[in-house]
Amino acid sequence: MSGGGRDGEGSGDSGGASAPGADWRPTALRAALVRRAEIAAAVRAFFAARGVLEVETPLIGAATTPELHLESLAVDLGGGAVGWLQTSPEFHMKRLLAAGSGPIFQLARVVRGGEAGRRHNREFTLLEWYRPGWDHHRLIGEVEALLEAVLGEGIGSAERLTYGEAFRRHAGVDPHRAPLAELDAAIARAGVAAPAFGPDDRDGRLHLLMALVVEPRLGPGVVALHDFPASQASLARVRPAAGGAPPLAERFEVYVGGVELANGFHELTDPAEQRRRFESDLACRRATGLPPVPLDHRLLAALGSGLPASAGVALGFDRLVMLATGAGSIDEVLAFPAERA
Amino acid sequence: MPGYSTNELRNGLKVMIDGEPATIVDTDFVKPGKGQAFVRVKYRVLTTGRVNERTLKSGEGLDSADVVETDMQYLYSDGSTWHFMLPSTYEQYEANEDAVGDAALWIKEQDVCSVTLYNNVPLSVAPPNFVNLEIVETDPGVRGDTSSGGTKPAKLETGAVVKVPLFVQQGEVIRVDTRTGEYVSRAKD
Repeated sequence: MSGGGRDGEGSGDSGGASAPGADWRPTALRAALVRRAEIAAAVRAFFAARGVLEVETPLIGAATTPELHLESLAVDLGGGAVGWLQTSPEFHMKRLLAAGSGPIFQLARVVRGGEAGRRHNREFTLLEWYRPGWDHHRLIGEVEALLEAVLGEGIGSAERLTYGEAFRRHAGVDPHRAPLAELDAAIARAGVAAPAFGPDDRDGRLHLLMALVVEPRLGPGVVALHDFPASQASLARVRPAAGGAPPLAERFEVYVGGVELANGFHELTDPAEQRRRFESDLACRRATGLPPVPLDHRLLAALGSGLPASAGVALGFDRLVMLATGAGSIDEVLAFPAERA
Repeated sequence: MPGYSTNELRNGLKVMIDGEPATIVDTDFVKPGKGQAFVRVKYRVLTTGRVNERTLKSGEGLDSADVVETDMQYLYSDGSTWHFMLPSTYEQYEANEDAVGDAALWIKEQDVCSVTLYNNVPLSVAPPNFVNLEIVETDPGVRGDTSSGGTKPAKLETGAVVKVPLFVQQGEVIRVDTRTGEYVSRAKD
């Protein structure tokens, strides 16, 4: 309230609305761009040495993910045709796997609408790779090896923790079994002034606890969370309930110093189950007023012809560079973030 | 009332939170893995100055607050009410003691202040960053006396007391930074 109105012309942005184009300069220092290029080279060398093929897949797809929490931007292709900027190269890479590509990786530019913040930018780079014949635990090991190759020996191996253990330890609540009132109590204990959730919205509450309570307390160092609730399986296999354990998604997330770096799956290969999840997401989109997206029939056909059992992971390349350079904001490792694009 | 969606929230934006006008101090976009996105908003309640935090679901909205900051000339005070004028229209506004706050320590008639209006009523007053004020009372400084760190208290014409160097004398006009309440220099003229 003090000085603010005195030095800024008008209200609003602190960026200073001077002449148009005045913010043409990059936000990253040259040294950060040099480090970024070095890390990209190190990633390519890492996979070349391991016989993993580098591939490139379309940025504009005929279909896109129906996932509720990802916003795909549409592109006017002319003549009434619409394409979709990909939020991840996953669907195309799975089609390569189904066609017999063997292990593949990609440094892929992806676009996600509505994402902007200290660790988010509308477009960013995913390092995504797939290992046919592997499960998610083995792939966590390769993520560790990659981090060591890029960030140095000191990074150490990951602490492996189930999603349930992490919640019990850091939020004091069992995410799989606790009644919703207990989750609300955990949110209140954390002193978070929370938004209102629907009476049945378990995942909404879990996502909030995850983002504001659990994540920041993971680490220091590398932590791999696995065994997510089946309701958050996304494109991972679900292990049926057994011996008192709830059904669990064979999904993992890797955190470094409390920052989410990578998300991986023991991939779902069953086309019928895949179609069911797509249709459930599409129905949910309709019910909640989210824009509809076309179903990816080519992916379903590829799964139908046989996707080899695989594990795959997507790692935020920009965040990896942030870790390597000690950057506090993604703008420090991007030449031109969305506001200056 | 027009509103803002979470992706439009910027520092400095004036919004209504819990029925109170607030200015946004900081926002942070958080999104767990494949999960729902949230925006953590830090805001300063304009009526109390307190900073609070709130988490919104991405896509939720906040109402905008009818708050404008505008430069006004300070006219006079009758002790309980401070009178300001919008130079462009000669329209006059009355600010109470809560709204004027510490600004009262620094402002002289004719000074141009930044007045924050909420529903067209002054909510707060920010003095100019620098003001020139006359010293009405201070001890004669003794050169070389550094026992008090080389400064002495001086009372200004507005009633404020600031620390000044020993060589500055009663009757002189000095320049003060109102944000820190510190002496800057002797006034040039």
